[in-house]
Amino acid sequence: MAASRRRPTKAQTDTAPAQAVSSEELLHYYREMLLIRRFEEKAGQLYGMGLIGGFCHLYIGQEAVVVGVQAALKQGDTVITSYRDHGHMLACGMEAKGVMAELTGRIGGYSKGKGGSMHMFSREKNFYGGHGIVGGQVPLGTGLAFAHKYLNDGGVSAVYCGDGAINQGQVYESFNMAALWKLPVLFVIENNKYAMGTSQERASAGELHQRGAAYGIPGYQVNGMDVLEVKAAADQWVNYIREGNGPVILEMKTYRYRGHSMSDPAKYRTKEEVEKMRSESDPIDQLKAKLLGGGHADEDKLKEIDREVKAIVTESAEFAQQSPEPDPSELWTDILVET
Amino acid sequence: MPIEVLMPALSPTMTEGKLAKWLKKEGDAVKSGDVLAEIETDKATMEVEAVDEGRVGRILVPEGTDNVAVNTPIAMLLEEGEDESALSKGGNAPATPGPTNAVPASEETKAAPSAVQAAAPAPTVPAAPVSAPDSDEDKFFAKTVKKTVREALRDAMAEEMRRDEKVFVMGEEVAQYQGAYKVTQGLLQEFGERRVIDTPITEIGFAGLGVGASFKGLKPIVEFMTFNFAMQAIDHIINSAAKTLYMSGGQMGSPIVFRGPNGAAARVAAQHSQCYASWYAHCPGLKVVSPWSAADAKGLLKAAIRDPNPVVFLENEILYGQSFEVPEDEEFVLPIGKAKIERAGKDVTITAFSIMVGHAMAAAEELAKEGIDAEVINLRTIRPLDTATIVNSVKKTNRLVSVEEGWPFAGIGSEMCALMMEQAFDYLDAPVARVAGLDVPMPYAANLEKLALPQVADIVKAAKQACYR
Repeated sequence: MAASRRRPTKAQTDTAPAQAVSSEELLHYYREMLLIRRFEEKAGQLYGMGLIGGFCHLYIGQEAVVVGVQAALKQGDTVITSYRDHGHMLACGMEAKGVMAELTGRIGGYSKGKGGSMHMFSREKNFYGGHGIVGGQVPLGTGLAFAHKYLNDGGVSAVYCGDGAINQGQVYESFNMAALWKLPVLFVIENNKYAMGTSQERASAGELHQRGAAYGIPGYQVNGMDVLEVKAAADQWVNYIREGNGPVILEMKTYRYRGHSMSDPAKYRTKEEVEKMRSESDPIDQLKAKLLGGGHADEDKLKEIDREVKAIVTESAEFAQQSPEPDPSELWTDILVET
Repeated sequence: MPIEVLMPALSPTMTEGKLAKWLKKEGDAVKSGDVLAEIETDKATMEVEAVDEGRVGRILVPEGTDNVAVNTPIAMLLEEGEDESALSKGGNAPATPGPTNAVPASEETKAAPSAVQAAAPAPTVPAAPVSAPDSDEDKFFAKTVKKTVREALRDAMAEEMRRDEKVFVMGEEVAQYQGAYKVTQGLLQEFGERRVIDTPITEIGFAGLGVGASFKGLKPIVEFMTFNFAMQAIDHIINSAAKTLYMSGGQMGSPIVFRGPNGAAARVAAQHSQCYASWYAHCPGLKVVSPWSAADAKGLLKAAIRDPNPVVFLENEILYGQSFEVPEDEEFVLPIGKAKIERAGKDVTITAFSIMVGHAMAAAEELAKEGIDAEVINLRTIRPLDTATIVNSVKKTNRLVSVEEGWPFAGIGSEMCALMMEQAFDYLDAPVARVAGLDVPMPYAANLEKLALPQVADIVKAAKQACYR
């Protein structure tokens, strides 16, 4: 079953078995998750070498969430998130080179080096950021949903936020308007258990997936460490949203292995807790076991994917160092659209 | 070639640390994500994770070593198929990068020289007075009709909504109630509820929603019942609307108008009586417009709606009911960034915006009776400020009085003083005078409220002082 605690609705397909997923799709998810993992590890390394500055929030451990949700979206759907955003960009099809070069603050980056890790966009890939203010992306993403509806383009807005952002007031202002106006928006709460160093138990009363209940927004909890469960839940509810039924909240139970940002010593949780998640629930290892066990791929095939991903990441790191810093004249561009 | 593992920085400020403990020993296999070692700084203990797969060939820095500089090689990893003999080939010279490893920062700096360091510092202020192209407004005034500011604003929105399907208006009470101050009267009837949208009382929510819609190419007009309530939404006005074009390297701007009454109304006291001109004018990425007359209101609001940038449009509740001549032609659009000389004069320049333009005009009449010929400049746009018009005027009058309703500290008048110092210093015959609201929260009592706001007599007094009269 894709999602627990479902409430009966007309879109409900509770008894339907999870749709069969082809070997090709499974391998695609594996590749996407591995690309994010290797990219983030490389970003961590470049940060360690002083090539990436400021804040750098890594997505390692949470890969199944964005890969599973993205698999349920269509061309023309929009995606917005906060600052732990590298994985979302890669999943949207943005090039690793452009993302890594933005991290190093170079002209070849998606924002010409002017945005950095937390502020990257691609209009072409319908990725609307990359926002640095906790919770700020939620009304913005609700506005993207408003635009989908206003333009009647059939699109859905996927709005990600963390278990920290979910306590911001503007999230509820957004829930209210999204429900009131039946906007096509999927709110994805990436609950990695810690808002920086504060655990969910210490910051959040009640269950996060029920936070939309007062607005009549259906909300479900999903195992965010399993890409197939994420995909199945997202498929079901994105369709429901696309049919004009209004917003849905999916709380993805996930986990980040690394600190909140690079300089986080992670004293708020035990090493054993992290190690347990890594060894028992890793989204990539789980899928790998399924691929091998189900006869979808052999070790050689997976090694081939490993090599391909490694080459992309290596190339992105080289590009991110070779691309020049922005010209000083870039200081004064893109402040206003010329009229 | 063996891969070097370098001493990582844990924060942008870290330069060295202690290699506290090795968790792998020579000969151990490692894969991505394995913890290799622990390092300590004065702030924290952190783990060093492997990025590459391989086998620990050699540990270069033993555990317990203090003051290991960032980017020092601390170990060598052997790749699949390599044995220890590869270590001697690769050596452990710090400057030799492994194939999949990034080059050390020092090398990188040489390879990609910092253009910023090489070039002369970029200017922080414009070198010369700036101004938008001249307005062609005069030709439109051949045929005018008398309208209130309220009607002019409504007409501007209606005309632009007819012209562009992507323009819509949202805010509290804008639709069924016809506007809290009746500025949106009739719009719901003409354009329907798809394009004239009543919102809940939820300023940060609908401001953010509007900005998000603008990212996708819609052109929202977000009405704040008053700008006092926009303080709830200022994060989205500045962090989301004003900065995204820059942060996205020019990919994605926010063509949005935030409008509503600004400044003091009458007897509504401190929380409902505040001028936000200097707040918003402080921020690059925004345009800030503040009309006085009905013609200003119409021509500038049309320009704001057509502008591809976020525009903060500061109206005034007391002016809503005042009538002025407004051109009939629907193509009457005023340029943003251009001030208007409302009254030409030679003895003293008075700058003002919004309701204070009326006060300045009245003051000029008083001054004329005493033989002082004042030039009154209606700023119309606060950002970008039409510095050319102001500087050129002062070159003629050699005196400047800045008038605003807001507080004096770091206000628009302060900016005028800076402008004069930077661009008109040699032309000044008297210190710049600031007439501003008093530096107090707005009081409720009628007498105190009057004392807190600039009056015509205050402007007359300041102008006379500037003229040493």
